[in-house]
Amino acid sequence: MLLTAAFFWLFAIVTILSAIAVVTARNPVHSVLFLILAFVNAAGLFLLLGAEFLAMILVVVYVGAVAVLFLFVVMMLDVDFAELKKGMMATQPGLLVVGLAVAAVVVIELVMVMGGWLHLAQPLAVGGVPLSPGVSNTQALGLVLYTRYFYLFQAAGFVLLTAMIGAIVLTLRHKPEVKRQSIEEQNARTRSGAIEIVKVRSRTGVEGA
Amino acid sequence: MTPFSFALAHSLPEAVLAIGALTLLMLGVFRAKDGRDWIISELAIVILGIAFILLFFDLKSNAVIWSGSFVDDAFGRFMKGLALAGSIGALVLSLDFMRREKIDLFEFPVLIVIATLGMLLLISARDLIALYLGLELMSLSLYVIAAFDRDNPRASEAGLKYFALGALSSGMLLYGASLIYGTAGTITFDGIAKAMTGVPSIGAVFGLVFLLSGLAFKMSLVPFHMWTPDVYEGAPTPVTTFFASAAKMAAVAIAVRIVMTAFPHVVPQWRQIIVFTSILSMAVGAFAAIGQTNIKRLMAYSSIGHMGFAMVGLAAANEAGVQGVLIYMAIYLVMTLGAFAAILSMRITGTYVENIGDLAGLSQRNGFMAFCLAAIMLSLAGIPPLAGFWAKFYAFSPAVNAGLYPLAVLGVLASTVACFYYLRICKIMYFDDPAKPFDRASPAVTGVLALSSLLIVLFSFWPGPLVSAAAAAAKSLF
Repeated sequence: MLLTAAFFWLFAIVTILSAIAVVTARNPVHSVLFLILAFVNAAGLFLLLGAEFLAMILVVVYVGAVAVLFLFVVMMLDVDFAELKKGMMATQPGLLVVGLAVAAVVVIELVMVMGGWLHLAQPLAVGGVPLSPGVSNTQALGLVLYTRYFYLFQAAGFVLLTAMIGAIVLTLRHKPEVKRQSIEEQNARTRSGAIEIVKVRSRTGVEGA
Repeated sequence: MTPFSFALAHSLPEAVLAIGALTLLMLGVFRAKDGRDWIISELAIVILGIAFILLFFDLKSNAVIWSGSFVDDAFGRFMKGLALAGSIGALVLSLDFMRREKIDLFEFPVLIVIATLGMLLLISARDLIALYLGLELMSLSLYVIAAFDRDNPRASEAGLKYFALGALSSGMLLYGASLIYGTAGTITFDGIAKAMTGVPSIGAVFGLVFLLSGLAFKMSLVPFHMWTPDVYEGAPTPVTTFFASAAKMAAVAIAVRIVMTAFPHVVPQWRQIIVFTSILSMAVGAFAAIGQTNIKRLMAYSSIGHMGFAMVGLAAANEAGVQGVLIYMAIYLVMTLGAFAAILSMRITGTYVENIGDLAGLSQRNGFMAFCLAAIMLSLAGIPPLAGFWAKFYAFSPAVNAGLYPLAVLGVLASTVACFYYLRICKIMYFDDPAKPFDRASPAVTGVLALSSLLIVLFSFWPGPLVSAAAAAAKSLF
């Protein structure tokens, strides 16, 4: 129990510190690396809760795919490091004040919500199905994802399809000068269409034939 | 667990749209030449029409299906009918425009069908996850079609602005949903209603505020309206039509459904939010539109104001109030489609124009269009006996009966101020010296314009069907 608590505090503190570092780091590449650190620690928190499937998905999808993609994008962007090095206070003090004010409001709200939650008068309505022993996380998700949550699963699929269509519509450009491979054309090629036998006379070249 | 066939029978329009969108996508990918819209738009209109007809498949019974995530009731069917009508109208108006502007890619009708599917899922949502998925499906398609004219910097700006602010509002909505789940312990609207009785905990109230803020963004209520004028002006006009008609229907429907079914016992908590945003929206809609010269920007402020008027009915928090909102939205849909049909008729020597000044002296050149547009503008202003007056009447009287006098008085005052810019358009059309003549509009655009002004003028003589349908729809929520 003590060990769990110790790990909880470790993961929680590192998550929060690295989240702060994401916003405050001067170098965008460092920001993304801190983001990865925050994701890994959040995965640790999920593990402590017994949600090992979510933890692994977080590492595989967010750290493995999304954050690495972010890293590529940040490295490819033309970021003006000199401008960034000046810091927010020098360039946009107004924005910083607004951001801090919003953060303060949200923190105050969170504290109030926590207070309200600790002294909740009525018991919580319990939703969902408790896990039966011997059923792993992944198995439990698999049992309901395609049956009970069939509808939501399909709707989520449509959301992803829309994102894909949108990305293609807005960014794909067919350039006429780019030569593309056409498999049909390749397959339809025959010897008679592709080869021409030319009798070359001496000193005239191919044109002269 | 309900049988699959039963669930399917109660979500037939959604199934038709889902399968239809996928079929159209495949047709476009494999059959359309150079990605041009071949007959995809026409087929999309047919699919939306079939979905509309299927709404009348079973008018009597209500059902909760798909493990409690989806509800099929009279309220849902009414709002789905409006959303589908808005989508069909926007697509019909888009045919000519997209071809002339050379942005007639086949993805456009596909995205419209997917967005409409999202709206139907949103309108029928019965838990927070279904709400979020429906909202995202709708919004994601809207972000893309806002920037559909991708070589036009204004359209790209509109898309980017809408996307960034939309993502922020989705974040607020999700944060609110998490707070509500944290205090109520359930995500279904019925469960939340059971958990939130008496004096609600502070966490639930914060959740409610964030949730309504997220939805207010989609309805473009003040103070979450900043994106509206820029996006309405920058996006291609048929897309703006779609935003102002169908998308508004879905957002208002889910806002009404969630406050009425998930928070019926905490009316004072949400009523003050609705009253606050309603008053601000009416004021901004009335005053900010006065100085506009671009008619699409003017319509943006007009739509902000009209959402404020519709919310007056919701603030009454009873059956009559919901009925008022439904009637308001139906009439607003007709007026919006008509107004945008008129904007799409504004074309001088092949170029679409958007300035109010271009309408000068329209009555002498095209008396029919001037008359239709004048009827629509007077109706938007709420002048009796046109439909817009009755819309305001049905939305305001429940609020007065519920004792919300200040709200109703401010609403009438805002409506009086708003009269100014609607009447100014009529004045420019009828009394100013003629500007350059417009090109001949396509039959589809003229047809939509004529139909909507006909409905607006004739509503007073035959209001029965709409009023009784709205009453039945409102009843199913209580």
